[in-house]
Amino acid sequence: MELKNLTIKEIHDSLLKKEFSAFELCKIHLEKIKKEDKKFRAFLTISKDLAINQAKGIDEMISQGRETSILAGIPLAVKDNILVENIKCTAGSKILENYIAPYDATVIKKLKEIGAVILGKTNMDEFAMGSSTENSAFGSTRNPHDLTRVPGGSSGGSAAAVCANLCCYALGSDTGGSIRLPASFCGVVGLKPTYGAVSRYGLISMASSLDQIGTITKTVKDAKIVFDAISGKDPLDSTSVESKIAGSKFQIPNLRIGIPKEYFIKGMDAEVERIIKEAIKKIEALGTKIEEISLPHTEYALATYYLVMPSEASANLARYDGIKYGYFPEETDSLLDVYLKSREKGLGPEVRRRIMLGTYALSAGFYEAYYLRAQKVRTKILEDFNKAFEMVDLILTPTSAAPAFKIGEKITNPLTMYLSDIFTVSVNLAGLPALSLPCGKTHGLPVGLQIIGKAFEENKILEFGEVFEKLC
Amino acid sequence: MISKQEVEHIAKLARIGITKKEEEKFTRELSLILNYVEKLKEVDISKTLPTSHSIKIENVMRKDKSPKSKVQSPKLLKLAPETKNGYLKVKSIFK
Repeated sequence: MELKNLTIKEIHDSLLKKEFSAFELCKIHLEKIKKEDKKFRAFLTISKDLAINQAKGIDEMISQGRETSILAGIPLAVKDNILVENIKCTAGSKILENYIAPYDATVIKKLKEIGAVILGKTNMDEFAMGSSTENSAFGSTRNPHDLTRVPGGSSGGSAAAVCANLCCYALGSDTGGSIRLPASFCGVVGLKPTYGAVSRYGLISMASSLDQIGTITKTVKDAKIVFDAISGKDPLDSTSVESKIAGSKFQIPNLRIGIPKEYFIKGMDAEVERIIKEAIKKIEALGTKIEEISLPHTEYALATYYLVMPSEASANLARYDGIKYGYFPEETDSLLDVYLKSREKGLGPEVRRRIMLGTYALSAGFYEAYYLRAQKVRTKILEDFNKAFEMVDLILTPTSAAPAFKIGEKITNPLTMYLSDIFTVSVNLAGLPALSLPCGKTHGLPVGLQIIGKAFEENKILEFGEVFEKLC
Repeated sequence: MISKQEVEHIAKLARIGITKKEEEKFTRELSLILNYVEKLKEVDISKTLPTSHSIKIENVMRKDKSPKSKVQSPKLLKLAPETKNGYLKVKSIFK
Protein backbone atom coordinates (compact mmCIF):
# COMPACT_ATOMS: atom_id res chain seq x y z
CA MET A 1 0.00 0.00 0.00
CA GLU A 2 1.41 3.40 -0.99
CA LEU A 3 0.53 5.76 1.85
CA LYS A 4 1.92 8.79 0.13
CA ASN A 5 -0.97 9.94 -1.97
CA LEU A 6 -3.86 8.48 -0.02
CA THR A 7 -6.54 11.08 0.60
CA ILE A 8 -9.32 10.64 3.13
CA LYS A 9 -11.90 9.99 0.42
CA GLU A 10 -9.72 7.37 -1.29
CA ILE A 11 -9.11 5.51 1.96
CA HIS A 12 -12.82 5.65 2.78
CA ASP A 13 -13.68 4.11 -0.60
CA SER A 14 -11.01 1.43 -0.24
CA LEU A 15 -12.27 0.51 3.23
CA LEU A 16 -15.81 0.12 1.93
CA LYS A 17 -14.59 -1.94 -1.04
CA LYS A 18 -12.59 -4.02 1.47
CA GLU A 19 -9.35 -3.48 -0.46
CA PHE A 20 -7.76 -3.23 2.98
CA SER A 21 -9.12 -3.13 6.50
CA ALA A 22 -8.96 -0.30 9.02
CA PHE A 23 -6.88 -2.61 11.20
CA GLU A 24 -4.33 -3.16 8.41
CA LEU A 25 -4.19 0.56 7.70
CA CYS A 26 -3.68 1.29 11.38
CA LYS A 27 -0.93 -1.36 11.70
CA ILE A 28 0.94 -0.01 8.68
CA HIS A 29 0.95 3.47 10.18
CA LEU A 30 2.04 2.27 13.62
CA GLU A 31 4.89 0.26 12.09
CA LYS A 32 5.94 3.18 9.92
CA ILE A 33 6.02 5.46 12.97
CA LYS A 34 8.07 2.92 14.89
CA LYS A 35 10.54 2.52 12.05
CA GLU A 36 10.84 6.09 10.76
CA ASP A 37 9.97 8.51 13.52
CA LYS A 38 13.43 8.20 15.10
CA LYS A 39 14.52 10.50 12.28
CA PHE A 40 11.74 13.10 12.60
CA ARG A 41 10.69 12.86 16.26
CA ALA A 42 7.19 14.01 15.36
CA PHE A 43 5.46 11.90 18.03
CA LEU A 44 5.68 12.17 21.81
CA THR A 45 3.22 9.38 22.64
CA ILE A 46 1.89 6.48 20.57
CA SER A 47 -1.64 5.43 21.57
CA LYS A 48 -1.34 1.95 20.05
CA ASP A 49 -4.08 0.15 22.01
CA LEU A 50 -6.58 2.95 21.52
CA ALA A 51 -5.84 3.04 17.78
CA ILE A 52 -6.11 -0.72 17.29
CA ASN A 53 -9.37 -0.92 19.25
CA GLN A 54 -10.90 1.89 17.25
CA ALA A 55 -9.77 0.36 13.95
CA LYS A 56 -11.17 -3.08 14.85
CA GLY A 57 -14.50 -1.50 15.79
CA ILE A 58 -14.74 0.12 12.38
CA ASP A 59 -13.90 -3.12 10.57
CA GLU A 60 -16.72 -4.80 12.44
CA MET A 61 -19.15 -2.05 11.44
CA ILE A 62 -18.09 -2.36 7.79
CA SER A 63 -18.39 -6.16 7.80
CA GLN A 64 -21.91 -5.81 9.20
CA GLY A 65 -22.72 -3.48 6.33
CA ARG A 66 -23.46 -0.58 8.66
CA GLU A 67 -23.06 2.95 7.41
CA THR A 68 -19.79 4.63 8.41
CA SER A 69 -18.63 8.23 8.37
CA ILE A 70 -16.06 9.37 5.83
CA LEU A 71 -13.53 9.70 8.68
CA ALA A 72 -14.21 6.24 10.13
CA GLY A 73 -11.04 4.18 10.27
CA ILE A 74 -8.82 7.04 9.07
CA PRO A 75 -5.69 7.35 11.25
CA LEU A 76 -4.84 10.77 12.64
CA ALA A 77 -2.30 12.37 14.96
CA VAL A 78 -3.19 14.92 17.64
CA LYS A 79 -1.08 17.82 18.88
CA ASP A 80 -0.06 17.19 22.47
CA ASN A 81 -2.02 20.13 23.87
CA ILE A 82 -5.40 18.56 22.98
CA LEU A 83 -6.75 16.14 25.59
CA VAL A 84 -7.45 12.50 24.69
CA GLU A 85 -8.92 10.64 27.65
CA ASN A 86 -6.46 8.35 29.49
CA ILE A 87 -3.59 9.31 27.18
CA LYS A 88 -0.63 11.35 28.39
CA CYS A 89 -0.85 15.04 27.49
CA THR A 90 2.32 17.07 28.08
CA ALA A 91 1.89 20.23 25.97
CA GLY A 92 5.62 19.77 25.35
CA SER A 93 6.33 20.74 28.95
CA LYS A 94 8.19 19.09 31.79
CA ILE A 95 5.56 20.42 34.19
CA LEU A 96 2.99 18.08 32.56
CA GLU A 97 5.43 15.21 31.93
CA ASN A 98 3.19 12.69 33.69
CA TYR A 99 -0.20 14.26 33.14
CA ILE A 100 -2.84 11.77 31.97
CA ALA A 101 -5.82 13.51 30.37
CA PRO A 102 -8.92 12.91 32.53
CA TYR A 103 -11.39 13.59 29.69
CA ASP A 104 -11.69 14.09 25.91
CA ALA A 105 -11.51 17.51 24.26
CA THR A 106 -14.72 18.25 22.33
CA VAL A 107 -12.92 17.85 18.98
CA ILE A 108 -11.68 14.41 20.09
CA LYS A 109 -15.13 13.41 21.33
CA LYS A 110 -16.57 14.36 17.94
CA LEU A 111 -13.91 12.45 16.03
CA LYS A 112 -14.20 9.36 18.25
CA GLU A 113 -17.96 9.29 17.74
CA ILE A 114 -17.48 8.97 13.99
CA GLY A 115 -14.79 6.32 14.30
CA ALA A 116 -11.49 8.16 13.95
CA VAL A 117 -8.35 6.19 14.74
CA ILE A 118 -6.00 8.14 17.02
CA LEU A 119 -2.39 7.04 16.49
CA GLY A 120 -0.75 9.29 19.04
CA LYS A 121 0.23 12.74 20.26
CA THR A 122 2.63 15.02 18.43
CA ASN A 123 5.54 17.16 19.53
CA MET A 124 5.20 20.91 19.92
CA ASP A 125 6.85 23.97 21.38
CA GLU A 126 6.19 24.04 25.12
CA PHE A 127 2.63 25.28 25.70
CA ALA A 128 2.55 26.15 21.97
CA MET A 129 5.04 28.96 22.53
CA GLY A 130 7.40 28.97 19.60
CA SER A 131 7.81 28.86 15.84
CA SER A 132 10.14 25.90 15.43
CA THR A 133 9.30 23.07 17.91
CA GLU A 134 12.75 23.70 19.43
CA ASN A 135 11.08 24.85 22.66
CA SER A 136 9.73 21.37 23.37
CA ALA A 137 11.02 19.95 26.66
CA PHE A 138 11.40 16.63 24.84
CA GLY A 139 13.69 17.65 21.96
CA SER A 140 12.93 19.29 18.64
CA THR A 141 11.15 17.73 15.66
CA ARG A 142 12.96 17.70 12.32
CA ASN A 143 11.66 18.84 8.95
CA PRO A 144 11.15 15.76 6.73
CA HIS A 145 12.31 17.80 3.68
CA ASP A 146 15.68 18.49 5.35
CA LEU A 147 16.52 16.95 8.71
CA THR A 148 18.87 19.81 9.62
CA ARG A 149 15.95 22.25 9.51
CA VAL A 150 12.98 22.99 11.77
CA PRO A 151 9.45 21.89 10.79
CA GLY A 152 8.07 25.22 11.98
CA GLY A 153 5.99 25.57 15.08
CA SER A 154 4.36 25.27 17.31
CA SER A 155 2.39 22.40 15.69
CA GLY A 156 5.65 21.10 14.16
CA GLY A 157 5.11 17.48 15.14
CA SER A 158 1.67 17.41 13.50
CA ALA A 159 2.95 18.99 10.26
CA ALA A 160 6.00 16.71 10.09
CA ALA A 161 3.83 13.62 10.75
CA VAL A 162 1.46 14.49 7.88
CA CYS A 163 4.37 15.39 5.59
CA ALA A 164 6.19 12.11 6.31
CA ASN A 165 2.95 10.09 5.83
CA LEU A 166 3.02 8.86 9.42
CA CYS A 167 -0.71 9.70 9.63
CA CYS A 168 -3.45 10.70 7.18
CA TYR A 169 -4.17 14.01 8.85
CA ALA A 170 -3.51 15.79 12.13
CA LEU A 171 -4.98 18.31 14.51
CA GLY A 172 -3.03 21.38 15.56
CA SER A 173 -3.68 24.66 17.30
CA ASP A 174 -2.95 28.17 16.05
CA THR A 175 -2.50 31.20 18.30
CA GLY A 176 -0.24 33.31 16.08
CA GLY A 177 0.53 31.02 13.15
CA SER A 178 1.19 27.69 14.84
CA ILE A 179 -0.71 25.68 12.21
CA ARG A 180 0.06 27.76 9.12
CA LEU A 181 3.81 28.23 9.62
CA PRO A 182 4.61 24.52 10.08
CA ALA A 183 2.21 23.65 7.24
CA SER A 184 4.14 26.00 4.95
CA PHE A 185 7.57 24.76 6.15
CA CYS A 186 6.56 21.11 5.64
CA GLY A 187 4.63 21.56 2.37
CA VAL A 188 1.23 20.47 3.68
CA VAL A 189 -2.17 22.16 4.01
CA GLY A 190 -2.94 24.00 7.26
CA LEU A 191 -6.29 25.55 8.17
CA LYS A 192 -6.72 28.01 11.01
CA PRO A 193 -10.51 28.42 11.38
CA THR A 194 -12.36 31.57 12.43
CA TYR A 195 -12.13 32.27 16.17
CA GLY A 196 -15.10 30.45 17.68
CA ALA A 197 -15.69 28.08 14.76
CA VAL A 198 -14.17 25.10 16.62
CA SER A 199 -14.63 24.39 20.32
CA ARG A 200 -11.55 24.95 22.49
CA TYR A 201 -12.84 22.73 25.30
CA GLY A 202 -10.00 20.37 26.19
CA LEU A 203 -7.33 22.44 24.46
CA ILE A 204 -4.61 23.48 26.91
CA SER A 205 -5.02 27.25 26.91
CA MET A 206 -2.30 29.64 25.89
CA ALA A 207 -3.94 32.93 24.87
CA SER A 208 -7.69 32.49 25.05
CA SER A 209 -8.74 35.30 22.70
CA LEU A 210 -6.40 34.00 19.98
CA ASP A 211 -6.20 30.18 20.33
CA GLN A 212 -8.03 28.06 17.78
CA ILE A 213 -7.89 24.34 16.93
CA GLY A 214 -7.47 23.54 13.24
CA THR A 215 -6.36 20.94 10.73
CA ILE A 216 -3.17 19.83 9.00
CA THR A 217 -3.86 17.68 5.95
CA LYS A 218 -2.40 16.50 2.65
CA THR A 219 -5.07 18.18 0.51
CA VAL A 220 -7.57 21.04 0.74
CA LYS A 221 -10.47 18.62 0.34
CA ASP A 222 -9.24 16.69 3.38
CA ALA A 223 -9.09 19.96 5.35
CA LYS A 224 -12.74 20.57 4.51
CA ILE A 225 -13.78 17.06 5.58
CA VAL A 226 -12.02 17.35 8.95
CA PHE A 227 -13.13 20.94 9.54
CA ASP A 228 -16.77 19.96 8.92
CA ALA A 229 -16.39 17.16 11.47
CA ILE A 230 -14.89 19.25 14.29
CA SER A 231 -16.61 22.65 13.94
CA GLY A 232 -19.80 23.92 15.55
CA LYS A 233 -21.12 25.39 18.75
CA ASP A 234 -20.26 23.59 21.97
CA PRO A 235 -22.02 24.27 25.28
CA LEU A 236 -18.68 23.62 27.00
CA ASP A 237 -16.96 26.55 25.21
CA SER A 238 -18.90 29.77 25.61
CA THR A 239 -16.87 31.45 22.85
CA SER A 240 -17.80 28.83 20.26
CA VAL A 241 -20.46 29.74 17.71
CA GLU A 242 -22.52 28.02 15.07
CA SER A 243 -21.14 29.10 11.71
CA LYS A 244 -23.61 31.55 10.22
CA ILE A 245 -22.61 31.05 6.62
CA ALA A 246 -23.43 27.53 5.52
CA GLY A 247 -22.56 26.99 1.88
CA SER A 248 -20.82 29.37 -0.45
CA LYS A 249 -21.78 29.91 -4.04
CA PHE A 250 -19.41 31.88 -6.17
CA GLN A 251 -17.87 31.91 -9.59
CA ILE A 252 -14.09 32.06 -9.65
CA PRO A 253 -14.01 34.83 -12.32
CA ASN A 254 -16.24 36.99 -10.13
CA LEU A 255 -13.83 36.83 -7.20
CA ARG A 256 -12.00 39.97 -6.19
CA ILE A 257 -8.65 39.16 -4.63
CA GLY A 258 -6.59 41.56 -2.56
CA ILE A 259 -2.81 41.53 -2.33
CA PRO A 260 -1.71 43.64 0.64
CA LYS A 261 1.40 45.62 -0.26
CA GLU A 262 2.63 45.48 3.37
CA TYR A 263 3.21 41.73 3.02
CA PHE A 264 5.99 42.14 0.47
CA ILE A 265 8.70 43.55 2.66
CA LYS A 266 12.36 44.41 2.39
CA GLY A 267 14.50 41.53 3.54
CA MET A 268 12.08 38.84 2.44
CA ASP A 269 13.52 35.83 0.63
CA ALA A 270 13.69 36.68 -3.10
CA GLU A 271 12.79 33.16 -4.19
CA VAL A 272 9.74 33.10 -1.89
CA GLU A 273 8.61 36.43 -3.32
CA ARG A 274 9.04 35.14 -6.89
CA ILE A 275 7.09 31.91 -6.17
CA ILE A 276 4.23 33.80 -4.48
CA LYS A 277 4.02 36.34 -7.32
CA GLU A 278 3.95 33.50 -9.85
CA ALA A 279 1.10 31.88 -7.92
CA ILE A 280 -0.81 35.17 -8.02
CA LYS A 281 -0.30 35.33 -11.81
CA LYS A 282 -1.78 31.84 -12.18
CA ILE A 283 -4.78 32.92 -10.13
CA GLU A 284 -5.19 36.04 -12.25
CA ALA A 285 -5.20 33.83 -15.36
CA LEU A 286 -8.36 32.16 -14.02
CA GLY A 287 -10.11 35.46 -14.64
CA THR A 288 -10.17 36.71 -11.05
CA LYS A 289 -9.69 40.39 -10.40
CA ILE A 290 -6.41 40.98 -8.54
CA GLU A 291 -6.14 44.28 -6.67
CA GLU A 292 -3.36 45.76 -4.62
CA ILE A 293 -4.75 46.67 -1.22
CA SER A 294 -3.34 48.18 1.96
CA LEU A 295 -3.55 46.92 5.53
CA PRO A 296 -1.76 49.95 7.00
CA HIS A 297 -1.35 48.68 10.55
CA THR A 298 0.38 45.44 9.53
CA GLU A 299 3.75 46.64 10.84
CA TYR A 300 2.25 46.95 14.34
CA ALA A 301 0.69 43.48 14.42
CA LEU A 302 3.66 41.63 15.84
CA ALA A 303 4.20 44.15 18.66
CA THR A 304 0.47 44.01 19.46
CA TYR A 305 0.58 40.24 19.46
CA TYR A 306 3.59 40.14 21.79
CA LEU A 307 1.65 42.08 24.40
CA VAL A 308 -1.81 40.52 24.06
CA MET A 309 -0.58 36.91 23.90
CA PRO A 310 1.82 36.96 26.90
CA SER A 311 -0.71 38.88 28.99
CA GLU A 312 -3.36 36.22 28.43
CA ALA A 313 -0.81 33.42 28.77
CA SER A 314 0.47 34.74 32.10
CA ALA A 315 -3.06 34.44 33.50
CA ASN A 316 -3.77 31.05 31.89
CA LEU A 317 -0.53 29.47 33.06
CA ALA A 318 -1.02 30.54 36.67
CA ARG A 319 -2.77 27.18 37.14
CA TYR A 320 0.59 25.32 36.94
CA ASP A 321 1.45 25.72 40.58
CA GLY A 322 2.83 22.31 41.54
CA ILE A 323 -0.28 21.53 43.61
CA LYS A 324 -3.13 20.43 41.35
CA TYR A 325 -1.04 18.43 38.91
CA GLY A 326 2.31 18.17 37.30
CA TYR A 327 5.93 18.43 38.25
CA PHE A 328 6.61 18.61 41.95
CA PRO A 329 9.89 19.87 43.41
CA GLU A 330 11.48 17.63 46.02
CA GLU A 331 12.66 19.87 48.79
CA THR A 332 10.54 22.86 49.65
CA ASP A 333 10.07 24.71 52.91
CA SER A 334 6.98 26.85 52.28
CA LEU A 335 3.97 27.17 49.99
CA LEU A 336 5.63 30.04 48.12
CA ASP A 337 8.67 27.84 47.68
CA VAL A 338 6.49 25.14 46.06
CA TYR A 339 5.21 27.66 43.54
CA LEU A 340 8.63 29.14 42.79
CA LYS A 341 10.47 25.85 42.47
CA SER A 342 7.85 23.91 40.51
CA ARG A 343 7.57 26.75 37.99
CA GLU A 344 11.33 27.28 37.83
CA LYS A 345 12.12 23.62 37.18
CA GLY A 346 8.92 22.66 35.37
CA LEU A 347 8.67 25.50 32.84
CA GLY A 348 11.22 26.20 30.11
CA PRO A 349 12.89 29.58 29.43
CA GLU A 350 10.51 30.71 26.65
CA VAL A 351 7.42 30.00 28.77
CA ARG A 352 8.87 31.79 31.80
CA ARG A 353 9.89 34.73 29.59
CA ARG A 354 6.36 35.10 28.23
CA ILE A 355 4.74 34.76 31.66
CA MET A 356 7.03 37.50 32.99
CA LEU A 357 6.39 39.72 29.97
CA GLY A 358 2.64 39.31 30.44
CA THR A 359 2.85 39.90 34.17
CA TYR A 360 4.79 43.09 33.50
CA ALA A 361 2.32 44.31 30.82
CA LEU A 362 -0.61 43.75 33.19
CA SER A 363 1.00 45.11 36.36
CA ALA A 364 -0.11 48.29 38.07
CA GLY A 365 1.34 51.36 36.39
CA PHE A 366 2.08 49.57 33.10
CA TYR A 367 -1.35 48.19 32.17
CA GLU A 368 -2.43 51.24 30.17
CA ALA A 369 0.89 51.79 28.46
CA TYR A 370 1.16 48.18 27.31
CA TYR A 371 -1.89 45.91 27.48
CA LEU A 372 -4.61 48.52 26.93
CA ARG A 373 -2.63 50.22 24.17
CA ALA A 374 -2.15 46.84 22.44
CA GLN A 375 -5.88 46.15 22.64
CA LYS A 376 -6.57 49.48 20.96
CA VAL A 377 -4.08 48.83 18.17
CA ARG A 378 -5.79 45.45 17.83
CA THR A 379 -8.97 47.38 16.98
CA LYS A 380 -7.03 49.23 14.25
CA ILE A 381 -5.81 45.94 12.77
CA LEU A 382 -9.35 44.55 12.80
CA GLU A 383 -10.63 47.72 11.09
CA ASP A 384 -7.97 47.37 8.38
CA PHE A 385 -9.35 43.93 7.51
CA ASN A 386 -12.97 45.11 7.67
CA LYS A 387 -12.20 47.90 5.22
CA ALA A 388 -10.28 45.60 2.90
CA PHE A 389 -13.08 43.04 2.86
CA GLU A 390 -15.50 45.71 1.66
CA MET A 391 -13.49 45.71 -1.57
CA VAL A 392 -12.24 42.15 -1.94
CA ASP A 393 -13.45 38.61 -1.20
CA LEU A 394 -10.12 37.02 -0.33
CA ILE A 395 -6.67 38.22 0.64
CA LEU A 396 -3.51 36.43 -0.50
CA THR A 397 -0.11 36.70 1.17
CA PRO A 398 2.97 34.57 1.69
CA THR A 399 2.62 32.45 4.86
CA SER A 400 6.24 33.13 5.76
CA ALA A 401 8.91 35.52 4.45
CA ALA A 402 11.41 32.64 4.16
CA PRO A 403 11.41 28.83 3.97
CA ALA A 404 12.28 26.54 6.92
CA PHE A 405 15.38 27.69 8.80
CA LYS A 406 18.17 25.61 10.34
CA ILE A 407 17.78 24.05 13.77
CA GLY A 408 19.54 26.35 16.25
CA GLU A 409 19.60 29.33 13.86
CA LYS A 410 17.08 31.52 15.68
CA ILE A 411 16.78 30.02 19.13
CA THR A 412 19.29 32.33 20.82
CA ASN A 413 17.45 35.57 20.07
CA PRO A 414 13.75 35.55 20.97
CA LEU A 415 12.94 38.56 18.80
CA THR A 416 14.42 36.93 15.67
CA MET A 417 12.28 33.87 16.37
CA TYR A 418 9.17 36.01 16.93
CA LEU A 419 9.67 37.64 13.52
CA SER A 420 8.96 34.26 11.86
CA ASP A 421 5.28 34.92 12.63
CA ILE A 422 5.14 38.35 11.04
CA PHE A 423 2.68 37.31 8.28
CA THR A 424 0.43 35.13 10.41
CA VAL A 425 -0.30 36.96 13.70
CA SER A 426 -2.66 39.62 12.22
CA VAL A 427 -5.14 36.91 11.28
CA ASN A 428 -5.38 35.74 14.91
CA LEU A 429 -5.72 39.28 16.25
CA ALA A 430 -8.62 39.77 13.82
CA GLY A 431 -10.04 36.27 14.45
CA LEU A 432 -10.21 35.44 10.73
CA PRO A 433 -9.95 32.06 8.97
CA ALA A 434 -6.83 31.41 6.91
CA LEU A 435 -5.39 28.56 4.91
CA SER A 436 -1.74 27.87 4.13
CA LEU A 437 -1.14 25.70 1.11
CA PRO A 438 1.99 24.66 -0.73
CA CYS A 439 2.66 26.64 -3.91
CA GLY A 440 6.23 25.76 -4.86
CA LYS A 441 9.71 24.98 -3.63
CA THR A 442 13.00 26.80 -3.30
CA HIS A 443 16.15 24.63 -3.05
CA GLY A 444 13.95 21.68 -2.11
CA LEU A 445 12.11 23.57 0.64
CA PRO A 446 8.35 24.19 0.41
CA VAL A 447 6.82 27.67 0.20
CA GLY A 448 3.32 28.38 1.49
CA LEU A 449 0.61 30.68 0.16
CA GLN A 450 -1.77 32.12 2.76
CA ILE A 451 -5.43 32.66 1.82
CA ILE A 452 -7.32 34.84 4.30
CA GLY A 453 -11.12 35.04 4.25
CA LYS A 454 -13.91 36.89 6.01
CA ALA A 455 -15.01 35.56 9.38
CA PHE A 456 -16.85 32.22 9.06
CA GLU A 457 -16.15 31.97 5.33
CA GLU A 458 -14.02 28.84 5.64
CA ASN A 459 -15.96 27.30 2.78
CA LYS A 460 -14.94 30.06 0.41
CA ILE A 461 -11.22 29.84 1.18
CA LEU A 462 -11.40 26.04 1.01
CA GLU A 463 -13.24 25.97 -2.32
CA PHE A 464 -10.86 28.54 -3.74
CA GLY A 465 -7.93 26.58 -2.29
CA GLU A 466 -9.09 23.46 -4.09
CA VAL A 467 -9.10 25.30 -7.41
CA PHE A 468 -5.65 26.72 -6.74
CA GLU A 469 -4.27 23.34 -5.65
CA LYS A 470 -5.01 21.96 -9.13
CA LEU A 471 -2.91 24.71 -10.72
CA CYS A 472 0.20 23.73 -8.76
CA MET B 1 14.42 49.40 29.37
CA ILE B 2 13.83 47.15 32.34
CA SER B 3 16.10 46.88 35.36
CA LYS B 4 17.33 43.76 37.12
CA GLN B 5 15.37 44.79 40.20
CA GLU B 6 12.17 45.01 38.12
CA VAL B 7 12.78 41.55 36.65
CA GLU B 8 13.28 40.20 40.14
CA HIS B 9 10.01 41.84 41.21
CA ILE B 10 8.00 40.52 38.23
CA ALA B 11 9.39 37.02 38.70
CA LYS B 12 8.13 37.12 42.26
CA LEU B 13 4.71 38.45 41.19
CA ALA B 14 4.49 35.65 38.60
CA ARG B 15 5.67 33.08 41.17
CA ILE B 16 8.56 32.03 38.99
CA GLY B 17 11.89 31.10 40.44
CA ILE B 18 14.91 32.37 38.49
CA THR B 19 18.61 32.02 39.19
CA LYS B 20 21.02 34.98 39.38
CA LYS B 21 22.43 34.04 35.99
CA GLU B 22 18.95 33.84 34.47
CA GLU B 23 18.09 37.21 35.97
CA GLU B 24 20.64 38.84 33.70
CA LYS B 25 19.51 36.87 30.68
CA PHE B 26 15.83 37.69 31.24
CA THR B 27 16.65 41.37 31.83
CA ARG B 28 18.44 41.52 28.49
CA GLU B 29 15.76 39.60 26.58
CA LEU B 30 12.76 41.35 28.11
CA SER B 31 14.39 44.72 27.39
CA LEU B 32 14.81 43.68 23.77
CA ILE B 33 11.11 42.81 23.47
CA LEU B 34 9.87 45.84 25.42
CA ASN B 35 12.01 48.03 23.22
CA TYR B 36 10.41 46.46 20.13
CA VAL B 37 6.81 46.97 21.33
CA GLU B 38 7.58 50.68 21.88
CA LYS B 39 6.66 51.14 18.22
CA LEU B 40 2.98 50.92 19.20
CA LYS B 41 3.38 54.49 20.47
CA GLU B 42 3.45 55.66 16.84
CA VAL B 43 -0.23 54.69 16.39
CA ASP B 44 -2.89 57.30 17.12
CA ILE B 45 -5.33 55.52 19.42
CA SER B 46 -6.84 58.61 21.03
CA LYS B 47 -10.32 57.81 19.67
CA THR B 48 -10.02 54.01 19.51
CA LEU B 49 -11.82 51.54 21.75
CA PRO B 50 -9.99 48.40 22.89
CA THR B 51 -10.72 44.95 21.42
CA SER B 52 -10.58 42.02 23.80
CA HIS B 53 -12.17 39.49 21.44
CA SER B 54 -12.36 39.56 17.66
CA ILE B 55 -15.94 38.32 17.64
CA LYS B 56 -18.75 39.74 19.68
CA ILE B 57 -19.31 37.45 22.60
CA GLU B 58 -21.80 37.58 25.39
CA ASN B 59 -21.86 36.06 28.82
CA VAL B 60 -23.38 32.61 28.86
CA MET B 61 -25.45 31.82 31.93
CA ARG B 62 -26.58 28.48 33.27
CA LYS B 63 -29.37 27.66 35.71
CA ASP B 64 -28.45 28.33 39.31
CA LYS B 65 -28.03 24.71 40.35
CA SER B 66 -24.93 22.64 40.58
CA PRO B 67 -24.20 20.80 37.34
CA LYS B 68 -23.20 17.17 37.61
CA SER B 69 -19.53 16.93 36.80
CA LYS B 70 -18.74 14.37 34.18
CA VAL B 71 -15.17 14.06 35.35
CA GLN B 72 -14.97 12.14 38.58
CA SER B 73 -12.97 13.73 41.33
CA PRO B 74 -10.88 10.61 42.13
CA LYS B 75 -9.56 10.82 38.58
CA LEU B 76 -8.57 14.45 39.10
CA LEU B 77 -7.10 13.78 42.53
CA LYS B 78 -4.89 11.08 41.06
CA LEU B 79 -3.16 13.77 38.99
CA ALA B 80 -2.14 15.78 42.04
CA PRO B 81 1.37 15.31 43.45
CA GLU B 82 0.11 15.07 47.04
CA THR B 83 -3.33 14.29 48.47
CA LYS B 84 -4.72 13.38 51.85
CA ASN B 85 -8.21 12.00 52.63
CA GLY B 86 -9.52 13.04 49.23
CA TYR B 87 -8.11 16.57 49.42
CA LEU B 88 -5.17 18.25 47.74
CA LYS B 89 -2.33 18.61 50.19
CA VAL B 90 -0.46 21.90 50.45
CA LYS B 91 2.25 23.23 52.75
CA SER B 92 1.03 24.84 55.93
CA ILE B 93 0.49 28.57 55.59
CA PHE B 94 0.59 29.52 59.27
CA LYS B 95 3.73 28.88 61.19
